[in-house]
Amino acid sequence: MKELQVPLNQTQKIRLQTALQKLQDLSSKVDHSIVAVADTISVNHDDGFLKGHGTTELDGEVVATVCGVVERVNKLVYVRALKPRYQAERDGYWLGVIADGAVIYVTWTRIVPERWKVEINFSQDAVLMLSSMNMPDGIQAEVRDTFQHDGTLHLQARSRKYGKLEKGQLLTVSPYLVKRSKQHFHHLEEFGIDLILGSNGYIWIGEHVEARDNQENPSNQQNGTSNKRSVNLAVPEKTYTALEKRQQICRIANAIRVLSSLGFNMTKEIIMVIVNMSITLNVEIHEMLGAEFYVRVAEKEVERRSSLKMGRG
Amino acid sequence: MDRRIPLRKEIEYLSPEGLRLDGRLPSELRQISAQIGAVPNADGSAVFEMGNTKVIAAVYGPRKVQNWGQQINDQALVRCEYSVANFSTGDRVRRPKGDRRSTEISLVIRQTMEACIMTHQMPRTQIDIYVQVLQADGGTRSACINAATLALAAAGIPMKDLVTSCGAGYLNGTPLLDLNYVEDSAGGPDVILGILPTLNRVTLLQADSKLTMDAFESVMQLVTEGCMAVADYIRSVLREHTKQLELRRGV
Repeated sequence: MKELQVPLNQTQKIRLQTALQKLQDLSSKVDHSIVAVADTISVNHDDGFLKGHGTTELDGEVVATVCGVVERVNKLVYVRALKPRYQAERDGYWLGVIADGAVIYVTWTRIVPERWKVEINFSQDAVLMLSSMNMPDGIQAEVRDTFQHDGTLHLQARSRKYGKLEKGQLLTVSPYLVKRSKQHFHHLEEFGIDLILGSNGYIWIGEHVEARDNQENPSNQQNGTSNKRSVNLAVPEKTYTALEKRQQICRIANAIRVLSSLGFNMTKEIIMVIVNMSITLNVEIHEMLGAEFYVRVAEKEVERRSSLKMGRG
Repeated sequence: MDRRIPLRKEIEYLSPEGLRLDGRLPSELRQISAQIGAVPNADGSAVFEMGNTKVIAAVYGPRKVQNWGQQINDQALVRCEYSVANFSTGDRVRRPKGDRRSTEISLVIRQTMEACIMTHQMPRTQIDIYVQVLQADGGTRSACINAATLALAAAGIPMKDLVTSCGAGYLNGTPLLDLNYVEDSAGGPDVILGILPTLNRVTLLQADSKLTMDAFESVMQLVTEGCMAVADYIRSVLREHTKQLELRRGV
């Protein structure tokens, strides 16, 4: 799910338009750095420059190959594309979900033993060597290496903080909306909920789990998943998530859905602002996906950004 | 002996005042409009309209190759599927999937788009382009190519240049830009051109029926101008779309 289709009535439409217009007025400098495919990017030829992602050279001029925003870092010139696919980089945090039980099985037995194919919202599936991780099922991992020549990604999940994800829900948004930062794992203390903003656009919202040091049976190189899974199934689930907590998870998830469909940037702070707003306004969880809340979120964002600007100026 | 292809005599395609059947000048495009993001689940999508012709395009990818045997190790696999909605024409016809015409147009679109996509940057992946004609009023082929370009650009797929396309014909001794269905079915020559506007190269040139060299020159000049005009519009749409995304995203 990347976008919601919200039916707006006339007043709501106008309010949304004013809100977006205000956003436009707030950031006036964007205009000149926007490029479309095949637009020329002006560079200082005397100074020397490096061509980065999304650029190519044509008749001695630098030309964009994707639509996006021109960014300059020292001598490097590149185009930051606003695209719905993840661009792999090293040292990003990932939230991986095993693509399909069947795929894993086939991979395991026939084609390449001891590795899993992982769906990561990238142009290809990533490879997770079983020797380089601790737990099966929904896993979190970080990028170990990208092999540019064949495009496959290798993941590893050695650290203790990567573990099975349970009791929560996964959302997919466009990766460019998730801001890269050092902190991708958030613990929302007031709700007791973990929020993980993956840089590939996968977002996990789940019940808070304490970092576990005493994981049972850390090595599973030979045993295999199928074995382990059947054991898991046999043992009845002792703990369950309280209804209240599940509702809170849904509330946060809906806040993210609204933000995503409006195309707003996503950080922990912004998500929390929206969640708190929904609570103070006494909005039911299902009403958060309705037109009225949609417009309110847009207005709130305008308010937030203008106050930020006031603070700076 | 007059060896010209017989036209339907009963219709005058150009009035004495020099206007066409729908009131356009010979060198006038129909109204064009484009929207990006019509298909929520696609990586990139667009609706492109030229007058009453309306086409929707969706792009999925680059993603992993579905059929392992088709994987290319040093470049991306580009696939294209063209279809026509049953309700798109005046009389409702149920069209079988994969008939000659749609197979041919799928191939044409695929080859045209492949020429501009930088396939070598995305090895072992596949890019799927789906185009469907929602309303057909002549010039569907051009509209499909324009919609596909927009959708590819919206999906963030690296391209050397945009591809834009436009058609033109030659009726009553006058070159006419962007034929509609009535003019198209007159049986006169119909030239379809696809160009890379910045690189100034031709990637597609098709023509039905015969045309003298002189007439071809003038038609070609007209149709190139048409393509350039479409390119300007497409560029402005893409810039506006990118700007909106960046604005909404904020810092």
